[in-house]
Amino acid sequence: MLSIKNLHAKVASEPREILHGIDLDIRPGEVHAIMGPNGSGKSTLVQVLAGNEVYEVTDGSVAFLGKDLLELDPEDRACEGIFVAFQYPVEIPGISNAYFLRAALNAKRAYHGEPELDAMEFLTQARAKMKELGVTPEMLNRPVNVGFSGGEKKRNEVFQMSMLDPRLAILDETDSGLDIDALKTVAEGVNALRGGDRGILVVTHYQRLLDYIVPDVVHVLVNGKIARSGGKELALELEERGYVDYGINQPATV
Amino acid sequence: MKSETQQIEEFAKREYKYGFVTNIEMDVAPPGLNPDVIRFLSAKKQEPEFLLEWRLKAYENWLKMEEPHWAHLHYEPVDYQAISYWAAPKSNDDRPKSLDEVDPELLETYEKLGIPLRERELLAGVAVDAVFDSVSVATTFKEKLGELGIIFCPISEAVREHPELVQKYLGSVVPYNDNFFAALNSAVFTDGSFVYVPKGVRCPMELSTYFRINAAQTGQFERTLIIAEEGAYVSYLEGCTAPMRDENQLHAAVVELHAAKDAKIKYSTVQNWYPGDEQGRGGIFNFVTKRGKCAGDRSKISWTQVETGSAITWKYPSVILLGDESVGEFYSVALARGRQQADTGTKMIHLGRNTSSTIVSKGISAGHGQNSYRGLVKINKAADNARNYSQCDSLLIGDQCGAHTFPYIEIRNPSATVEHEASTSKIGEDQIFYCRQRGISAEDAVGMIVNGFCKEVFRELPMEFAVEAQKLLGVSLEGSVG
Ligand SMILES: Nc1ncnc2c1ncn2[C@@H]1O[C@H](COP(=O)(O)OP(=O)(O)OP(=O)(O)O)[C@@H](O)[C@H]1O
Ligand SMILES: [Mg+2]
Repeated sequence: MLSIKNLHAKVASEPREILHGIDLDIRPGEVHAIMGPNGSGKSTLVQVLAGNEVYEVTDGSVAFLGKDLLELDPEDRACEGIFVAFQYPVEIPGISNAYFLRAALNAKRAYHGEPELDAMEFLTQARAKMKELGVTPEMLNRPVNVGFSGGEKKRNEVFQMSMLDPRLAILDETDSGLDIDALKTVAEGVNALRGGDRGILVVTHYQRLLDYIVPDVVHVLVNGKIARSGGKELALELEERGYVDYGINQPATV
Repeated sequence: MKSETQQIEEFAKREYKYGFVTNIEMDVAPPGLNPDVIRFLSAKKQEPEFLLEWRLKAYENWLKMEEPHWAHLHYEPVDYQAISYWAAPKSNDDRPKSLDEVDPELLETYEKLGIPLRERELLAGVAVDAVFDSVSVATTFKEKLGELGIIFCPISEAVREHPELVQKYLGSVVPYNDNFFAALNSAVFTDGSFVYVPKGVRCPMELSTYFRINAAQTGQFERTLIIAEEGAYVSYLEGCTAPMRDENQLHAAVVELHAAKDAKIKYSTVQNWYPGDEQGRGGIFNFVTKRGKCAGDRSKISWTQVETGSAITWKYPSVILLGDESVGEFYSVALARGRQQADTGTKMIHLGRNTSSTIVSKGISAGHGQNSYRGLVKINKAADNARNYSQCDSLLIGDQCGAHTFPYIEIRNPSATVEHEASTSKIGEDQIFYCRQRGISAEDAVGMIVNGFCKEVFRELPMEFAVEAQKLLGVSLEGSVG
């Protein structure tokens, strides 16, 4: 469903290249994990897939469900089914989480020619998911992410993800900053999406998350390139040995 | 694909949508201000002697006054002798009795502004007193109001038909020597609205006026006077927009509100005058004095304003809380984008006992816009148990704009309770991108954030007006993605 070929990218305003030719294929139903040292380009890859114009693609292609993803505006990518749970979710003052999420849902529905979701239908859906994901009604009424703790922000991302029901869910270090209980609920949220024709891509530093969300494929991203791909045992190996085998002598956990 | 920066910049630079000029022959006085010009316009308006004298006194005071420069505003000095102080559509001598008699071109103008008079009357039950340049040309619902003893007419008409009321109240809230712009207005005001609601009467409809500035170089000096007698209630709406022009147009209006015992006045404004081009050329200079007096016990005056236009806005709708337990409110949204500068806020002067005031100010700055909130809360010695709550929020869109807050608090009575809250938030590329990743377009995202930011103020507007205000902000956002 997602096919990345020889993807090169840089920060638009700077000459230095960050991604040096990424190849990655995700088929429907698969869960992929990307691990890699700090600064290796994991978030850059995620942002490029989301269409953040801070970055510029200099070479390569990305196909998503048969479409040229790089030709689409970020909002159209979202409506086509790409969801990104960000490493650093931004705060949007003045708009309640509920209002924001309903606007997002309705934007997506309008894109697909479906009728708007009214406030009641929305609330019914939201309440069910909130319970599962430990989102409080209070969080629903607060401005988007404003004053949320680090963990609450991540939980909120997963809540939005499950409401928006994406075809491809990309989670950038959603586990960082979560306590062990939150980690479990978040993992359950992701696992609930798992299967069918959905693809999932998780970026993480920790093997621990992969105990809950067991990946089909693990990729090691080093210096803007995928250095190795393998099964879930690759994550265990990284946990033990760090990235020394990849010419980097820092431990995996930072 | 456009970057968020580009989109934000485009939003800030969006062309004024209502730029056009109506071609109606004007009857214009030669530029310049002197006692003869004042005599000329007073004679043209067939005014009683007291008013001419009042105007001349105002003029003498104005000559001795200096244009104020304490506001956070920068502009080229205004040449008051280059302005023409009288302009009227030629057909004025023969005032139309109904809309059918109104110049079709004029009706078309309103149409373009999205204010079809007839529809408004029918749909909203709004009585419309349309001021075109300096002379009113259409007044409706007058009879219905007349049955209740409510007077709603151009102030020039009130001068002729109700001189005793005008003489009693004109200048009673804003004296002719109050400030430079108010003195100028008192000397040369040409028209505006007059509302009188008698004792115990609740005005059954929103009263509204649309102002337009049309003739080149013609200063606009509206004068509005609203009187609510004991126990009366009235809600008044003011909205305006102006055609595109290259020369700066001066606007110095005065609005006076008088609320007797148990009376309530709600005054709402949506202001969308031409803000000038990208360099700030040609926009309206808006120097307004608006003040209400809660003269009686338990009276209430509430100002709500949505200020999206003008190159320069200098405006501080105020309330003098004289009666015991009287209430003053100020709810404001001010948008400054492009090269717009807004210095606006309020004054709440507590004189009576158990008086309370609320201030909610929302300033939005975009592009190179500069938005200043300036507010004074003054609690006098005799004002026991006075209360004020002030909230000033600023929203910055992009990083070349500015927001400034100047709250002044003077407390002379220790029993006062005064609370002030302020916040500044910023919409940057990050927020817009986050919204887009959730499927919301950049334009919708900005609109949503701005409307969310303003909701506490919109809530205070009468229903139809709230929709219009939202639409106005929407129009301001239109073309931000192109
Ligand atoms: N907007 C930007 N401006 C300048 N440099 C950037 C920008 N975004 C990323 N970089 C640089 O690109 C490299 C990769 O950053 P990226 O955020 O993709 O790493 P990461 O693998 O997600 O790291 P971490 O594990 O710390 O989250 C780093 O050297 C970073 O400094
Ligand atoms: Mg990262």
